[in-house]
Amino acid sequence: MASLFHAPMPSTGPGYSFSAQPTAASAPRQHAGFYPYTDNGGSTLGISGATFTILAGDTRSTSGYNINTRHAPKLFKIGGEGPDNLNARIVLSVVGFAADGNALKERLDTVVKMYRYQHGKEISVHACAQRLSHILYGKRFFPYYVTAILGGLDEEGKGALYSYDPVGSYEREQCRAAGAASSLIMPFLDNQVNLKNQYDPMSGQGLEKVQRVPEPLPKETVEEIVRDAFTSAVERHIEVGDGLQMMVITKEGIEETFSPLKED
Amino acid sequence: MFRNNYDNDSVTFSPQGRIFQVEYAQEAVKQGSVVVGIVSKTHAVLAAIKRNAEELSSYQRKIIPIDTHYGIALAGLASDARVLSNFMKQQSLASRLTYARPILLSDITARIGDRAQTNTQHYGKRPYGVGLLIAGVDARGPHLFEFQPSGVTVECVAGGIGARSQMARTYLERNLDEFENCGREELVKHALRALKDSLSQDKELTVENTSLGVAGMEENFKLYEGEEIAGWLETTFENKAEGETGAEGGEGMEVDT
Amino acid sequence: MNHFPEAWGRPRDEIYGAYNPTYLPSSLGGAHQPTTRTQSPIVTGTSVLALKFSTGVVIAADNLASYGSLARFTDVHRLKPFNKRAVVGFGGDVSDMQYLDRLLNSLDVEENYTSSTGDSKQGGEEGLVDAPLMSAKNLHTYLAKVMYKRRTDFNPLWNALLIVGLDDQSQPFLASADLLGTTFSAPSLATGFGAHLAQPILRRVVPNEAASRELSREKAVEAIKECMKVLFYRDARSMNEYSIAVVDENGVELSENEKLENQSWAFADRIKGYGTQVV
Repeated sequence: MASLFHAPMPSTGPGYSFSAQPTAASAPRQHAGFYPYTDNGGSTLGISGATFTILAGDTRSTSGYNINTRHAPKLFKIGGEGPDNLNARIVLSVVGFAADGNALKERLDTVVKMYRYQHGKEISVHACAQRLSHILYGKRFFPYYVTAILGGLDEEGKGALYSYDPVGSYEREQCRAAGAASSLIMPFLDNQVNLKNQYDPMSGQGLEKVQRVPEPLPKETVEEIVRDAFTSAVERHIEVGDGLQMMVITKEGIEETFSPLKED
Repeated sequence: MFRNNYDNDSVTFSPQGRIFQVEYAQEAVKQGSVVVGIVSKTHAVLAAIKRNAEELSSYQRKIIPIDTHYGIALAGLASDARVLSNFMKQQSLASRLTYARPILLSDITARIGDRAQTNTQHYGKRPYGVGLLIAGVDARGPHLFEFQPSGVTVECVAGGIGARSQMARTYLERNLDEFENCGREELVKHALRALKDSLSQDKELTVENTSLGVAGMEENFKLYEGEEIAGWLETTFENKAEGETGAEGGEGMEVDT
Repeated sequence: MNHFPEAWGRPRDEIYGAYNPTYLPSSLGGAHQPTTRTQSPIVTGTSVLALKFSTGVVIAADNLASYGSLARFTDVHRLKPFNKRAVVGFGGDVSDMQYLDRLLNSLDVEENYTSSTGDSKQGGEEGLVDAPLMSAKNLHTYLAKVMYKRRTDFNPLWNALLIVGLDDQSQPFLASADLLGTTFSAPSLATGFGAHLAQPILRRVVPNEAASRELSREKAVEAIKECMKVLFYRDARSMNEYSIAVVDENGVELSENEKLENQSWAFADRIKGYGTQVV
């Protein structure tokens, strides 16, 4: 950041050397100048179960090699009552450019609050998910530089999890990791949640091998997987650490917990 | 025949200095069913009578929660009230987004007052045909404001607007000194009694036709309807039946004169 | 006779050709220029530091405004009190700071205007007067929105801000907002070079929120002053005169003419060899 403030002074103003006066209206840009994005690091993940959805994220915020703060939550309750979003049933996680993440969170939250005001009922996760996609796509040519994951319970009470790219492509999934350490966490989730590359040891060899069939995991197992994913990511990625924020969405509501991660 | 030539629009004064369209709008408020509001040191309460167009139809909406800290009660054109309440909702959300604070009731009231006033000064516009009571709790404590189609807004300790609201106001005036130190339950009872006084003889307060909104220093604005208010109606009626059936009747008579 | 300044003492047309007016505004015959936006800061202030303690917050910034590497203005106050519950510290472009200062002043006027007319019943009562005062948290939310809006318009306010004071519950509040609209909050914060040099020292004093709740005002001020000294030693765009402010329940205490004390350059004793010096 310091270097931003100590850029060289402008040297060429309009001078009185007439032959040197520019005749064209403008010259091509010399340098990029102001760049409206930055990366604040961190990672998030979400896993849906039969009757619950868990979202988690670390609480570190970075600028390059600097740690801005050790406590910057990436998970937000959406559409509850009042500023603290009491009784909310939907959680949004955002990772990437934090300022865009906040703006996106506030827009979605406002939309969901207006939905309740206008329709007198709570929005469904599936409707909220589609709305979020539209919000992101609406800024297709100046995107919110974030990877979003939206979690809640669907109309049948099953865990629902939607993941997005910055311009609004979305899909419902069983699990998803996003952010700086997504490439470290996602393969782990593939293996542990969707049982990829796990075969029935009783089956034969080669083409005879039978894939293990994934089924919804119990909450305790999922919480363990989340914790393991983050403690491992902290070891291998410098932008991940400090604290772990978890939100568990069940039909009883949202349970939010913070627990420590390594601060190195 | 004589015809009033000064009531075709809301921008022309009559020679007597009146703007008839605004006065007609105020008549629309008097057509609406009655709503009352009271504040104490700790709470703000709204109470309203809901009408239904016919026996089989549903009841109208008289109290609208806007933000977590306040709500409005309306008398007059419901559609005009909806426009105003949408505006208030937007302004309230905007205050929370830009400053992270709930909007002050004095602020939001001033804003709808200004909006209503512009309707009385631009050709081709018409005044809002609705009166509002705005009640809730903000950084400065509990408040009640009254809004009129003319754009006039006043803060009050207690107030009532709508059909036959004079009787409710008479009740409120008589008990004015008590409100300040009332607890939550007492305040609700006062509001219900004031409401009852405005009903015509053949009508009763029921769980179907009564709406209540309560906000407090420690509680968000909440709308109570249906079975939620059965308890209040019961206890309030009980007092009345035991206490002073005669006295109540007397009050009503007085007002009619 | 042409009175326009650009004609004063001009070489004669018959010798040098006609004046080329392209750079002038189009009203004076100039070519149409593209609209321009801030691409880099011009006159800049360096780090701002702040630290939360048990009952309030302390903030400091030096009084220097640099023009590139030139120490251009030496008495520029970069801490701006908003009301008795909030102070804003500005790093980065000084003209943008002055713009924001004007913006904050008009906001303050607006706030006081509405609060004096809006409520006749309780406005005058003691104890309740302070309640509607904008808290540091309210101010931070607002400023962050301003910064984010301007970056989204590709017309940034080239600053890093620290907003300190008390929140709605009268608890110590400290948060930052920068030219991109990024915001965060921590027990200690430092912008610019301070993020590299002062923040590690401050984090030793308050590693977490719990530690800042235990910290005394004296210790906090001492830590900040120590960091200002370190910054003066190592930040070439810094100065030994600075402003320091403390915000707590008693209001804002601002001193704009502090001098660095007890400097010790002993650490530089054996450093040599810069520039032309060889022995």
